[in-house]
Amino acid sequence: MRYAETGFNLEIDLTRGNVEKVVTDPKDTELYLGGLGTNTKIMWDRVPPEVEPFSPENLLIFGAGLLCGTPATGCNRTIITTISPQTKLMAFSMMGGFWAPELKYAGYDKVVFRGKSPKLVYLWINNDKVEIRDASHLKGKGSIETAEILRKELKEPKAQVAAIGMAGENRVYYASIEQGRSSASRGGIGAVMGDKGLKAIVVRGTKDINLSQPSEFMALCNEVLEYIKIREDNPIPGVMPILAGLGSPQEMKVHDEKWHTENFMWGNSRTRRKGFWTDEIAKEWTETMETARTRLISCFNCPMKCGATISMPGLPTYMMKCFTKLTYAMGAFSDLDFGLRIAQLATEYGLDGFSTPQVMAFGLELLENGILSKEDFPEMPEDNEGRFYYLLDKIVRREGIGDVLANGTYWAAKEIGNGAEEYAHNNIKKHEQLPLKLSMLNPIYFLMYATGEKMNITQIEGQFPQAPFPKREHREKFCEDWIQVPDEKFKQYFIDWELRGENSIPYYPTVEMTCDIVDWQERMHYIDDALGQCAGLSSFPLKPPYHIHNYPKFISAGAGIEMDEEKLTQAAKRYRTLVRAFNIRRGMRRKDDRPPENHWKKRFPELEAELLDAYYKLKGWNNDGIPTKESLQQLGLDYVADDFVKRGILTDVEDAAVEEVSA
Amino acid sequence: MKGDKKKKTIKTIKIDVDKCNGCRACEVICSSFHAAPKYSSNNPARSRIRVIRDPLRDVYVPVYAGEYTVAECAGRDKYTIDGKEYDECSFCRASCPSRDDFKEPDSGLPLKCDMCEGEDEPLCVKWCLVDALQVEEREEEVEEGEEQEELETGLESLADKYGMDKIKDAITRLSQKD
Repeated sequence: MRYAETGFNLEIDLTRGNVEKVVTDPKDTELYLGGLGTNTKIMWDRVPPEVEPFSPENLLIFGAGLLCGTPATGCNRTIITTISPQTKLMAFSMMGGFWAPELKYAGYDKVVFRGKSPKLVYLWINNDKVEIRDASHLKGKGSIETAEILRKELKEPKAQVAAIGMAGENRVYYASIEQGRSSASRGGIGAVMGDKGLKAIVVRGTKDINLSQPSEFMALCNEVLEYIKIREDNPIPGVMPILAGLGSPQEMKVHDEKWHTENFMWGNSRTRRKGFWTDEIAKEWTETMETARTRLISCFNCPMKCGATISMPGLPTYMMKCFTKLTYAMGAFSDLDFGLRIAQLATEYGLDGFSTPQVMAFGLELLENGILSKEDFPEMPEDNEGRFYYLLDKIVRREGIGDVLANGTYWAAKEIGNGAEEYAHNNIKKHEQLPLKLSMLNPIYFLMYATGEKMNITQIEGQFPQAPFPKREHREKFCEDWIQVPDEKFKQYFIDWELRGENSIPYYPTVEMTCDIVDWQERMHYIDDALGQCAGLSSFPLKPPYHIHNYPKFISAGAGIEMDEEKLTQAAKRYRTLVRAFNIRRGMRRKDDRPPENHWKKRFPELEAELLDAYYKLKGWNNDGIPTKESLQQLGLDYVADDFVKRGILTDVEDAAVEEVSA
Repeated sequence: MKGDKKKKTIKTIKIDVDKCNGCRACEVICSSFHAAPKYSSNNPARSRIRVIRDPLRDVYVPVYAGEYTVAECAGRDKYTIDGKEYDECSFCRASCPSRDDFKEPDSGLPLKCDMCEGEDEPLCVKWCLVDALQVEEREEEVEEGEEQEELETGLESLADKYGMDKIKDAITRLSQKD
């Protein structure tokens, strides 16, 4: 019997309309766990580097995490993997909600799509019955609208639906896949779904998920619940409210937006508005939110209430979470009322809330600066908000200038030329980032931004405080019950970290410490992404209930795979390296590992180079960021090493030379 | 026997739908506790509590499995409370032919909440960290003879499913074993 996982994947060939149920290899589970890990293995095996994002050969994989569907609290993530049309690298955007557990209860760990359907279809998974069905009546429908129609049509109110809106259908490079309260937004995976002619996946399951050692597993779950209660009753002092508790940043609950509105950038990640958050604004925005918000809501089997149902007067109800609350408002220099209104439309269209407002602001910046002209925006309204609605519509329909902007700031700037590139200033690996522009280089964030292939800082950072507390005694206090650290040394790193003076950024934490910290942060995110655990109870917040010390026990008791901290660390390193290798094979190199030029005013090129050198070395990569033969072999990734040599990406000589340089 | 009084503990689950966050942890732990062997598997479709959940209409109703009924009611009910329209029979606890809820997904046998016999409190309550579910206990004096009633109800449900003859056969066989 298979435990925690079902042991079956669905293989869907959309070109031929073929559905197949295949048994998976338990050995792969042991090596790559599940979710992102096994998704990546499939991508490596079956998607060679020549494959373009919109090729029928590109795969679109919906993977449920290894522990999804078990009683492990907060374990509900779907990891969606494909080649991003925007970055041309592997995208592995994720969503919480209810979809992944439902897939497991239907009897599958993953759905792997290949090919392209000649007409718009949806997939209906009802336990053993799996059908590709006509979706022509859903063309142009909103993502939430689509889910509602399908549940009614199929008379299955309990079915879970992942759907794209018009943006995905029209292959907007930052189109999302929406699932009610959750969405997989980054990397333009919705565009790949649209390209494949797939409007939605509906799933309903009523089967069992088994546990290997039930009572041990339940004891672990109960410990986690107890810890959540303690942690919720004892918010961390000295950090801003949204970071003091567990869960995603509590944007739906917390009204005080001084920190975001005054420290994050407005417009096309341009303007910092010190003093914006007045009492008057606070009152107005609080009222807007209180009126709009019907209820704080959760994902499957999780007590955290990171999302909310939002009903703006006169608009259909939708669900929201996290920072999208502010991105449209700030992108347009407007207010929360506008932000929540336009987000309703954008959610139905199925768009990434990070990229979209920046792309629109970028378009208007080009107009203001004469790089685009009035003729490029025919019949555009005069008022600010109206312009954003206008652009949103043009983009999702790919009409006129919208067709160019639909490819994101990087590709749009390239196409427009005439100096437009300078305005596409907030990208990493061609992908729009959080609108943050800061002063002093932070070495931890430098490494995370540069090398985090997840492309989104909120899914890379966490665990380690973002800044030191001003007083040593507070830092010592913080360390007292910091059980999550993989090694005691991290406590000392933090205790010695000062706001000013010798032990402050950019030279403290030292290069070596920085590498350790970033490696730990990344490792925990990668473990989450294989298990399907939400970062909000694990890798993102300070002092989370899940950590490197209890995770191996969860895997042993749940999936019946013998596991300890070392073996888990090794497994996470294995598929993290495989993600790297996949991207390396597609041409990514050290030159691509860099934050936006203007992310910090004060940069330190020598230190940055040193940081990358040391981090690459720790990771087992050579100086160009390519995993070395030796490290690949240590991880059992000999097949990657062979492929690299065959393709001339690695040679024995190069490998040896790198060892010398970094020694 | 008739007329004898005995003390009985009444457990009431207090359900605050305003606090429900719709996460269905109650379904998870319920199906897990009632798995055989205990906790060996979980499957919300086997749960004896269901969250009737429609976020876009702000409908969140945790309902516990009650009695099995062989026939559905002559009519159905549909509530509107505070302007919110609930689905037909939303608040009914019966395992009833009119719907799939509170039946084993494979066998179709009825499910019924037993308040997690043997545990300090029903586990759905323990796992509801948002306090939408809370339990209250009180003692009441009741007439004896209820166990008999329960037995008969159980037999009735089996008889409905398999026919009285088969039940009689089974009882005969079982008594011979002793």
